[in-house]
Amino acid sequence: MDIVVCVKHVPDTTEAEIAIRDDAGQLGWHGIKREGLVFDISEADNYAVEEALVLKEEFDGAITVLTVGPEGADETLRMCLAKGADQAVRLTDERFEGSDSFATARILSEAIKDMDYDLVLTGVQADDDGAAQVGVTLAEMLGIPHAALVVSTEAEEDEDKMTVHRELEGGLHEVLEIELPALLTIQTGINEPRYASIFGIRKAMKKKIEVLDLDDLELAEEAVGEAGSKTSLVKLFIPMVTAKATILEGSPEQVSSELVTIFKNEGVV
Amino acid sequence: MGEIFVLAEHRQGELRDVTFEMLGKGQELAATLDAPLVAVLLGHNVDGLATELAKHANLVLVIEDEQLEHFNSAAYQQVLARMITERKPGLVLMGHTSYGMDLAPSLATQLDLPLVTDCVGLEFEDGPGAQPLAVREMYGGKVSAKVAFSQAGTYMATARQAAFPFEEEGEPLGGEVVAVDSPLTDEIEYRKFLEYVEAAVGDVDITQADVVVAVGRGIKEGENMALVEKLAEALGGVLAGSRPVVDAGWLPPDRQVGQSGKTVKPRLFVAVGISGASQHVVGMKASSTIVAINKDPDAPIFKVAHYGIVDDLFKVVPALTAQLGG
Repeated sequence: MDIVVCVKHVPDTTEAEIAIRDDAGQLGWHGIKREGLVFDISEADNYAVEEALVLKEEFDGAITVLTVGPEGADETLRMCLAKGADQAVRLTDERFEGSDSFATARILSEAIKDMDYDLVLTGVQADDDGAAQVGVTLAEMLGIPHAALVVSTEAEEDEDKMTVHRELEGGLHEVLEIELPALLTIQTGINEPRYASIFGIRKAMKKKIEVLDLDDLELAEEAVGEAGSKTSLVKLFIPMVTAKATILEGSPEQVSSELVTIFKNEGVV
Repeated sequence: MGEIFVLAEHRQGELRDVTFEMLGKGQELAATLDAPLVAVLLGHNVDGLATELAKHANLVLVIEDEQLEHFNSAAYQQVLARMITERKPGLVLMGHTSYGMDLAPSLATQLDLPLVTDCVGLEFEDGPGAQPLAVREMYGGKVSAKVAFSQAGTYMATARQAAFPFEEEGEPLGGEVVAVDSPLTDEIEYRKFLEYVEAAVGDVDITQADVVVAVGRGIKEGENMALVEKLAEALGGVLAGSRPVVDAGWLPPDRQVGQSGKTVKPRLFVAVGISGASQHVVGMKASSTIVAINKDPDAPIFKVAHYGIVDDLFKVVPALTAQLGG
């Protein structure tokens, strides 16, 4: 089973303070200050890579990881190679800048359409923009069936279809059968992503990352970047924190004692 | 401006809340734009749902087909692509849900329409040829973005769940219910719905607890869970968690609070090391008293909490447990 996995190299902002750059307006979707932020593979993409590795262990085949991004994204691609991906492709061109989800899917689809694959995997959504749009858009561009929010996959040798579970709201799953080749967007928690071994990391250092630009993809300049996008960023801003919470201040002991009083007054203890 | 389409979302015979939230927003937009509000209902034996929708829309278009009994984005896409092409609505609104996320991007791409997903705000500029502007969140809610659509005859947007209020007030709109022929012919082979599966149920039902202590990503390691478990015990409550903790396998899935997990409304909800992503908040915001412990003062959880402690949970949780006699 040959699998293509699309990944994104993103800043980890879960505990970081975020500031908007003064020139955010000219930077399209990337207008936050990057100093001090640690970049890594987007969380759901990490699960998508693991799902590909699990399927490869069961059914053989090759895994190709792809990303649209700057040179720094090689870090994420190398980590995928270290875990067991066979090839890595980085799609980089100044003219890609300003691409929204639609234009990004266009770039990916041009790179993928002539490859041999049974499955294309993406994360459900990226940690930075959270749009959950590239995967399902890409499926339509490639003309293959898709399923979003996949939390379980079952395949059989030489079958041209798969059974997958999609996550619905409230703890319910939907089971469906899908014909291959197909695109699945992978939800976090579907598996346990592995860590790369030292041996794997060493081996990955020697592998070549293929870099393709707009001309290699034979795409028109108008099909990418802002011109190829269907949405544009007007403004980024830090939302007003209408902090409703009464913030308790003092040492851990002081705030704890204050809380216990509150609990007593509200009759919870 | 053409009609405003709201895709009615329903499952197992019931309309989902997001449907009414979108109709509420749709009504507001319809009034501003002087456009009819149309609920679009795809399903099988859904007369009852259509009657319900008619109260909140100027028109209900019903597409009845056996193949539409359960949601299948492939079937929905075929039906909606034809309806949008024929009726040319000005706006198509669907939920940013397990259905909308599976459907909106491919439908928009097929029809070459601009789409903004997971909107928490949507307005149109004044005047003829009005263009929509959407507001959505990025970086887990720490940044907001105002987003414009490229010029089009039909705009598409998905609405975040619980982002738009719905108030069941005012006169019913009493829209007409009109049946539209289904364009589906042969059974769709490339994607087939098989069944629903309920998540496994464990020994504790967190929705019934008076006190819920919930743990988030801030707990760092599975072995630290014991710390919070002691606090839950001291409070006579149950232990629950946000998605990352369940994904990591530190708590079973039936302890997950949020959109894809359970919705809880305890008397006391203590959020420990939870940032407060919208997908979590939707499952706990109705709790009577919410206490948040998080070292990040900008964490969105402080927007919903009643009491907040901005400090290291590894210091506060043991201190609080001790004060409770645990």
